[in-house]
Amino acid sequence: MSDASINASRAYEDEASFGDYFALLKPRVMSLVVFTALVGLLAAPVGVHPVIGFCAILFIAIGGGASGALNMWWDADIDKVMKRTRGRPIPAGKVEPGEALALGLALSGLSVIMLALAANVFAGAFLAFTIFFYVVVYTMWLKRATPQNIVIGGAAGAFPPVIGWIAATGTMSVEPWLMFLLTFMWTPPHFWALALFMRSDYDDAGVPMLTVTHGRRATRVHILVYTALLAVLAVGTAFSGIGGPLYLAAALVMNALFLHGAWKITRRDEDDSEADNFKVERSFFKLSLLYLFLHFGAILAEALLKPYGLGGW
Amino acid sequence: MALRKEHEIHKRRSGLNKGVGILLGAFVVLVMALTMVKVTSASFKFPDAQGEQN
Repeated sequence: MSDASINASRAYEDEASFGDYFALLKPRVMSLVVFTALVGLLAAPVGVHPVIGFCAILFIAIGGGASGALNMWWDADIDKVMKRTRGRPIPAGKVEPGEALALGLALSGLSVIMLALAANVFAGAFLAFTIFFYVVVYTMWLKRATPQNIVIGGAAGAFPPVIGWIAATGTMSVEPWLMFLLTFMWTPPHFWALALFMRSDYDDAGVPMLTVTHGRRATRVHILVYTALLAVLAVGTAFSGIGGPLYLAAALVMNALFLHGAWKITRRDEDDSEADNFKVERSFFKLSLLYLFLHFGAILAEALLKPYGLGGW
Repeated sequence: MALRKEHEIHKRRSGLNKGVGILLGAFVVLVMALTMVKVTSASFKFPDAQGEQN
């Protein structure tokens, strides 16, 4: 084999597949966006034609995916350093940064215009603002500048239920903002637990996570404080227009478990955590995923039961 | 002939092309369905008809 053919063969091995381009859209984050936006759309007091509802959720998801691709384009340098992200398509050499940028920009434009046409201009404009917030405010500005990156940046991931609600109603009210606050307040303890057991990742990449700038002890205390504030908000939401007895039961159980987990994290020191390979922190992280799913699932159940006279108070 | 020999990269490119083709086809169907829903809804009015009313 000549040198030229060996080099060509290597180039082919690195050529991207359909799955690599799809991975740029952060499918796991997209599934959260789809679910919370769907709950926002269905919890709204206005009925939506199924085709319009499907299109609205699809284009919100594509907008979320587009911002994921733009995030990967900008963060390629730190993704290469962190264990958790070094297998992503750009650091793995499968996709060129320019391709991710082009895909992100194209899908951003497509999703915003199509959502405005399918649902309403207000929903399209709010999706555009969400993409801007995630890419420019969080990724380009806050992520590398402040340990509060996760707190403020978490807003971007919390907007989808608001967009879903606006897509259905064309207006804004208190209820979608309660759903926004639920995700917004949930994001910091969720990510800080991750930062505790992905120990050196953020440090190596120079990302000023709370664990790096204020220490691990302060991070544990922050998790407890945010979890307590979240519990008040989550249980209080039960008495709003999107709550009901089913939601209240789910909120009471899940917040008791979540507070207990946060309390256990606060009581531990680094030696305890390293002795069992961060067992409590890992289980808190897993519980946080179930926590959000069950809260939004309960809101959805209340909305779906309402036509039968069962949902809500 | 050597040039016709199937290589792993051909399968990967074929997968990419088929994936993009299916997505474009699905997008066309979606836009058509959306258009049907919009023009058959009770609130739909042609711009000209709206102008005449005014």
